[in-house]
Amino acid sequence: MRIGIFVCHCSLNVSATIDVEQVIREVTEYPGVVYVEAYEDLCLDPALERIKKSAAEKGLEAVVMTTCSPTTHQQCLRDAMTAVGLPPDYAQVVDIRYDHETMETATRKAIDLLKATVDDLWAKAPPATFSLSPIKRALIIGGGIAGIRAALDIADGGYEVILVEKTSSIGGHMIQLSETFPTLDCPQCIETPWMVDTGQHPNIKMLAYSEVEKVSGCIGNFRVKIRRKAAYVDWDKCNGCGMCMQKCLTSVPAEFDRYINFGQRKAIYKPFAQAVPNKVVIDREHCGHFTTGLCSVCEKICPNEAIDYSQQDSFMEVEVGAIVVATGYELLPKGEIREFEEDPDIIDGLQFERILCPSGPTDGVILRPSDGKVAKEVVFISCVGSRDPEHGLPYCSRVCCMYSVKMAMLYKHAVHDGQAYIFYMDIRVTGKGYEEFVQRAVEENGVLYLRGRVSKVFRDGDKIKVWGVDTLTGKRVEISCDLVVLATAMIPSPGAKELASKLGIATDEYGFMAEIHPKLRPLESAVPGIYLAGTATGPKDIPDAVAQASGAASKVLALFSKDELILEKVAAS
Amino acid sequence: MADNEFEPNIVGFLCNWCTYTAADLAGTTRMQYPTNLRPIRTMCSGSVDPVYVIRALLSGADGVLVGGCHPGDCHYVSGNYKARRRITILKTILNTLGLEDERVWLRWISAAEGRKFADTVSKFTEELRKQGPNPVKKYWST
Ligand SMILES: Cc1cc2nc3c(=O)[nH]c(=O)nc-3n(C[C@H](O)[C@H](O)[C@H](O)COP(=O)(O)OP(=O)(O)OC[C@H]3O[C@@H](n4cnc5c(N)ncnc54)[C@H](O)[C@@H]3O)c2cc1C
Ligand code: SF4
Ligand code: SF4
Ligand code: FES
Repeated sequence: MRIGIFVCHCSLNVSATIDVEQVIREVTEYPGVVYVEAYEDLCLDPALERIKKSAAEKGLEAVVMTTCSPTTHQQCLRDAMTAVGLPPDYAQVVDIRYDHETMETATRKAIDLLKATVDDLWAKAPPATFSLSPIKRALIIGGGIAGIRAALDIADGGYEVILVEKTSSIGGHMIQLSETFPTLDCPQCIETPWMVDTGQHPNIKMLAYSEVEKVSGCIGNFRVKIRRKAAYVDWDKCNGCGMCMQKCLTSVPAEFDRYINFGQRKAIYKPFAQAVPNKVVIDREHCGHFTTGLCSVCEKICPNEAIDYSQQDSFMEVEVGAIVVATGYELLPKGEIREFEEDPDIIDGLQFERILCPSGPTDGVILRPSDGKVAKEVVFISCVGSRDPEHGLPYCSRVCCMYSVKMAMLYKHAVHDGQAYIFYMDIRVTGKGYEEFVQRAVEENGVLYLRGRVSKVFRDGDKIKVWGVDTLTGKRVEISCDLVVLATAMIPSPGAKELASKLGIATDEYGFMAEIHPKLRPLESAVPGIYLAGTATGPKDIPDAVAQASGAASKVLALFSKDELILEKVAAS
Repeated sequence: MADNEFEPNIVGFLCNWCTYTAADLAGTTRMQYPTNLRPIRTMCSGSVDPVYVIRALLSGADGVLVGGCHPGDCHYVSGNYKARRRITILKTILNTLGLEDERVWLRWISAAEGRKFADTVSKFTEELRKQGPNPVKKYWST
C-alpha cells in the first residue's frame, strides 16, 4: 500500500508543542509510507487542494493527516480524497491533541499514534461505506399541531407521508383550547383547516387510532409495524353521520372535556364534532354490547352497516426513509401535589379551557363544576409542579404564565363583574407580543397578580379557600373563591418512554425525547433519520411547536432530495 | 520527570459520543495532562469486549481506561450498562489472577467534560506510577 502522510503545523498550535521535524524523520522510513509532507494549515482549502494534487502525482492509495480534531477535519479530508478517487475510509485523521506535558513525550505520542494508524490501514478491509437509495416516504408519529404541520410540509414537498395518531382524531391538545394566545384566535378557526387539509392531502395517509408497534432498519430504510386498534366500526363504511351517537344509551364523562362534570359522551363516539377522520369508535369498556351483551342499538340504527362488534386489532407494515416524532405532552396529574385537595372546583388548565370554549360542554358559560353556578371569583395558580424540585420537576413549563393570563382575560370577557387573581412566582413571557398581552390583561381587564406561593387550597362550605403569601407586601393572603385553576406542569405524553425505546432513541431525565444536541441540533434524535418536533422534546407553545415541525420537515426533505445515501460502517480506530 | 521514574503505558477505549469528544475538547482547550494514554476510538463503551482489555494488559499496557457516557446517556441506550457489568466481572477475574483490579478504570465522561477527562488521565497516570509496571508484562515477554 502506498501511504502518504501530511503533517499540519496548525499555525503554532501543533508545532509549538510537538517536534514536527522529528515526527517527519521517524515516519518517513515506516513501512508503506512513500511520501511525507508538512504544511502550515492543512484545514484551509488551498492545502486540501495540494493534498489532492500530491495524492494524484505520487499515486497514493491512502492518506493520513495529523491535525487537531477528526470531528472537524475527517469529513473535509474524506470529501477531498473521494474527489481524487480514493475510498473515503483510506483517508484517516490522526488527532494529536496538544497535550503538552513536555515536547518530548508529546512528540513520542504523536509518532506512536501515527504509526498505529499506518498499521491499521494495512489491516483495513476495503471500503467501509455502503450506499442505499432512501425510501422517499416519511412516518409522522403524533397528530397534534406539530405532527400536522410536519406532515403537510413534507407532503407539499411531493413525498408520501404516513401519519400515525393514537386517538381517533388528529388535532392534539390545541383543538381542546378555547382561544389561543397571543392573538386570541380559536383553534376551530386556525387548526381545523389544517386538519382537513391533512385528511384530504393526496400524499398523506392518515392512520388514526393506531400505534407504532415495532421499528427496525436505519436512515433511508426503516420498517415499521403499526397496530390499528379495533374501533368496532368499519371505517370504510362509516361516514360519521352520528346517528349511532344519538341513539346510544350509555353516557360516560368525556376525555376530550377532561372528565369535568358537564362533559358527557356516548359509548360510541367521536372525540369532538370536527374530528378528522370523521369516524366513530366504540369504547369497549363501557359499551353495553360488551359489558352486558344486551345492547346492539347502534348496529340496528347505522344506515351503512358499519358496526362490527367482532373487529380485532390489525397490523400493517410500512417502509419509510425518515421518521418524525411529535407525540406531544400531558399535564401533571393534580393528585401528585398534596397541597391541593381533590375537589370538582379545583381544576387544571385544560379543564378550564373546555369550560371557556364557546363550543364546549358549557357553551362558554363559566360554570362551577360542583353545582353549575356562574363562578364570580377565580384564582389561577402558576407553576404547579413546575420549577419545584420537591415534586420532581425543576423545569419551567414555559406556557403556563401565558395561558393563565389568557384564561383570566377570557374569563373577564365572559363574566364582566367577576374577579380573576393570578398567583405567580415570576411572569415569564418572552414571545412576540406576549408582554403586551399581559399588560393588556392587567390594564383593561383588571386581572390581579399576586406574587407568592400558595400553601393550601381547600373547600370551605360553598367556597374554595386559597391560602398564600404576597411576597411583595410580606402579608398573608386568604381568598375565598368559586373556582381554582391550576397551571400544572407539562410532562411527556404517556407511553413516550416505551415509544423511544422502540425507536432506539433516548429520553431526557424527565422522559421527554432527547435531542442529539440541545442547542445546535434540536430537531434530531441520536438516531440518524429520526427527527423530533413540538412538545415531545419539552414544554413549548404553538408558535415554537409549529416552527420545529417545519424545521423537522425540512430535514426530511433534504434527506429525500438525495437519490443515494452514503453511509459509513464505523470501525474502531 | 526524573529519568528513572516509571512511565506507565495506558490504553484508552473511548466512546465516540462522549469520552473521545471530551478528549478532543481537552486538546482544543489546551489542557495539560500526561501523554501516557493512547486513545482508541470505539463507537460505545458497550462495544469494548473485555477480551480487548485483557489483550491490552497481556501486550504490556500498565493500565486500561474505558470511557463511556453517563448512565442514561448512552447513544445506544444501554451499552454503558453492559460495559459496567462486564468490567465488574472482569475485575473479579483480574483479582483472581493476581492482577490489581485498579489497573482497569471505567469512567463516565460526557462530551462536555474535557476537564474531567484531563483530570482522569492525570490521576490514573499518577496511580499507575505508584503501582509500578504491570507484572504480567514481565512474565509474558520472551
Ligand atoms: C391549558 C393550556 C393552554 C394552552 N394555551 C396555549 C395558547 O393559548 N397558545 C399557545 O401557543 N399554546 C398554548 N398551549 C400550549 C399548546 O397546547 C402546545 O404548544 C401544543 O398543543 C403542542 O402541540 P404538539 O403537537 O407538540 O403536542 P400535542 O398537542 O400534545 O399533540 C400530540 C399528539 O400526539 C399523539 N400521540 C401521543 N403519543 C402518541 C403515540 N405514542 N403514538 C401516536 N400518537 C401519539 C397525541 O394523541 C396527540 O394527538 C396551552 C397549553 C395548555 C396546557
Ligand atoms: S357508525 Fe354508522 S351511524 Fe355511526 S357515525 Fe358511522 S355511519 Fe353514522
Ligand atoms: S411558564 Fe410561568 S407559570 Fe409556567 S412554570 Fe414557567 S414560570 Fe411557572
Ligand atoms: S454511546 Fe457512549 S457509552 Fe454507549
